[in-house]
Amino acid sequence: MAKELWKGNEAIAEAAVRAGLQAYFGYPITPQTEILEYLSRRMPELGRAFVQAESELGAINMVYGAACAGVRVMSTSSSPGVSLMMEGLSYIAGTEVPAVLVNVMRGGPGLGNIAPSQADYNQAVHGGGHGDYPRIVLAPASVQEAIDMMGLSFDLAEKYRMISMMILDGSVGQMMEPAEMPEMKPIVERNWDWATNGALNRERRILSSIYIEPAAEEVANLRLANRWKEVQANEVRYKEYFLDDAEIVVVGFGTAGRVSLSAVRAARAQGIKVGLLRPITVSPFPYEVIDQLTGQAKAFLVVEMNMGQMLSDVRLAVRGRVPVEFHGRPGGMVPFPDEILHEVQRVNGANLSVQTDPIDGWLARMAEVK
Amino acid sequence: MAAPESLVYERPESFTETPTHYCPGCTHGVAHRLVAEVLEEMGVTNRTIGVAPVGCAVFAYNYFDTDFVEAPHGRAPAMATGVKRVLPDRVVFTYQGDGDLASIGMGEIVHAAARGENITVIFINNANFGMTGGQMAPTTLPGMKTTSSPNGRDVESQGYPIRMSEMISTLDGVGYCVRRSLHDPKNIRLAKKAIRTAFETQVRGLGFSMVELLSTCPTNWGMTPVNSLKFVEEHMIPAYPLGDYKVSEAIKQVKI
Amino acid sequence: MPAKGWIEVSDLYCKGCELCISACPQEVMELDMSRLTPKGYHPAHTFKDGCTGCAICALVCPDAAITVYREVTKAVPAAG
Repeated sequence: MAKELWKGNEAIAEAAVRAGLQAYFGYPITPQTEILEYLSRRMPELGRAFVQAESELGAINMVYGAACAGVRVMSTSSSPGVSLMMEGLSYIAGTEVPAVLVNVMRGGPGLGNIAPSQADYNQAVHGGGHGDYPRIVLAPASVQEAIDMMGLSFDLAEKYRMISMMILDGSVGQMMEPAEMPEMKPIVERNWDWATNGALNRERRILSSIYIEPAAEEVANLRLANRWKEVQANEVRYKEYFLDDAEIVVVGFGTAGRVSLSAVRAARAQGIKVGLLRPITVSPFPYEVIDQLTGQAKAFLVVEMNMGQMLSDVRLAVRGRVPVEFHGRPGGMVPFPDEILHEVQRVNGANLSVQTDPIDGWLARMAEVK
Repeated sequence: MAAPESLVYERPESFTETPTHYCPGCTHGVAHRLVAEVLEEMGVTNRTIGVAPVGCAVFAYNYFDTDFVEAPHGRAPAMATGVKRVLPDRVVFTYQGDGDLASIGMGEIVHAAARGENITVIFINNANFGMTGGQMAPTTLPGMKTTSSPNGRDVESQGYPIRMSEMISTLDGVGYCVRRSLHDPKNIRLAKKAIRTAFETQVRGLGFSMVELLSTCPTNWGMTPVNSLKFVEEHMIPAYPLGDYKVSEAIKQVKI
Repeated sequence: MPAKGWIEVSDLYCKGCELCISACPQEVMELDMSRLTPKGYHPAHTFKDGCTGCAICALVCPDAAITVYREVTKAVPAAG
C-alpha cells in the first residue's frame, strides 16, 4: 500500500482495526481523544463493539469483560486516565487475559497539562496497579512505528496472555506523517481454551484474579515470573544507530529517542564517536545490549522527557562500570536537537565520575533553564 | 429410594455441588438458588456468563454451573457490558451487594442502566457491608448500628439511605426494575418470578433489568436468622417499599 | 386426606439455620440435637408425622439442602 498522510492517533485507531480489533472501550481525554472519535465511526460501520464508557474505570472494566470473552480488545487513554485504569489493569494481569492499552502521555503529575511527556514510564514499566505482575510496553517514535506496533501489541498480548501497553507521548499522537497502513486482517475466531463465552458443549470456566490461598497465589505469581523470563528471552526489541564504534551511547525512547537521533547525526558530523540506542520494548528492557555496549562505551547519556525514569534501568544495566549522564525535559517540555547535541559535546569533553548521581549534575544544569 | 414422579423439589442442577460459604441463614443463598432455578427453567445455563462482585458474593462463581468472571469492586456492570457487547447472544448477569453496587459501583450501575445494556442485575440489599464485617453501607437505615456507625447511622453527618430501584427506574434504558424481598415464602416466590421476568427482559433484548432483593445479614446484624427475617419485614420494607418501579410496555406483554 | 410427604436434608449443605423450622406450616421440623453434620451443625429434620411435601422448607432454605417428596396417588386417566 502507498504512503498516506496520517495523524498519529487516527493511525493507531485504523491500525488496530486492521489488526482485528473486535471491541473498543474508551473515554475522552486529551491528547488521545481522536482515537475514540475515529473508532466511534469506524467500529459500528464494521459491526464491531464500541462504547464510550462513563469513565476510565468503566472503560478498562469493559475491556476486562471483553478480554475474558476472548476477543481482541483495546482501550486508549492519556496519563490521568491511565492512572484510573490501574485497578483494572491489575485485575486483568491477575486473571491472565490479553488486553491492549495505549497511553498517549501528557505532562504531570496531577492534571498537569496536555503537552507531550514521557513521565508515565515508571507507571507503565515498573508500577501502576497493585500486586506483582509484568507487562509488555512498546514505545513507538513515529506514526509508522505506532502503526506497525499495533498488530504486534495484540499478537504479544495473546501469545503471553498479558497486558501489552503502547506508550507514546502526545506529539506522536498529534503529529501528521506519511505512513503506510497494513492490509485489513479478517477477524479470526480464536476459540481460546480459557475464554468465558458460555459453556456450550464444554465444562464451565471461571476467570478470576482471586487466589484466596496464599500458596496458590504464589504459584500464580511464579507462573507470571516464568512467563516473563520467556518474554525477556524472545521479545526484546530496539533500534541501533551509529553504535559500531560509538564511545558515547545516547539512550532514549519514543520522541526523546527520535530527537536524540538528530543530535547524534549532528555530533557525528563534528567527528564525535556517538551512537544511539532507542529501546522499542521498554518492557522487556534491553538490559543485555546495554550491558554489551558498556564494554565499548566510555559514557552513556540518557535522554528522556521526564525526571529520569528509564535512567534507573540504564544504570542497572551499566552497573557502575562507566558514567551514565542524564538530560531530561519534564512537565510537557520537548528537548531540541541542539540542546541534546550540547549535552553530547559536554559528555564527550568531560572527565566524568561513576561516583556522582547524574541527577545532581542535571539539576544544576537545569537551574539555568528558566 | 422414592419413585421419580414423587419428587417435589430438589437442588437445581445449575447449582454446583459446592456448599456456599455464607453464614447460616443468610438469604444470599436463597437469591443464588432462585437465579439457578430460573436459568435452568429457561434452559440457558450453558450460554450464561455470570459476573461476580466484591463483597460476600465474591465467590458466587463457585456455586453456579455457568461460566463466570469476577469483577473488581463495583465494576461488575462495566465488565458485564464488555462481555455482552461482544457476545450479544449470551445471557449475562451481575450479582452485586449494596456496598458494591450502591457505593463504589454507583457510576457503573447507573451508566449501564442508562445505556440500556441488555444485562440482568441481581442486587442484594442487606443494609451493610457484609464481607468486611458489617460496616455502614449507602443502604444502612437511619439509626442502624454498624461497625462504622457505632452509635447508629446519623443522617446529619453520614447521609441518607439510597433507594436504588427508585433511582434506576428513572432511566430510559431500563426495561425492568423491581424490588422484592426474601423474608417469607410468598415473597420468595414473587422474587423468583421477578428474576425470571428480568432474564426474559434480557433474552428478548428489551433493555436493562434489575431485581433488588431485600436480604438478611444475621451475623452482622447480630440476630438469629429467624429474627433477621422479622427485621426485614418490620424495618427494611418500610424504608425500601416492595414494588414494580419500572416495567416497560413490552415486558408487560410477556407471559411467564 | 392431606397429602403425605417426606424430606431429605443434606448433611453436606444444612447449616442448622432454622429458617425451614419456622416456615414449616405443619410444624413438624426441628434441629436434630442428637447429630452433628461434618461441619458441626445440628441438621434440620422432621421429628414427627405430618409432612405434606409442600416444599416450603426447601423454598426458604438458603443452602438448597432439602429434597422434597410427596406420595403419588395414581391419577385416573380421563375418560376418552
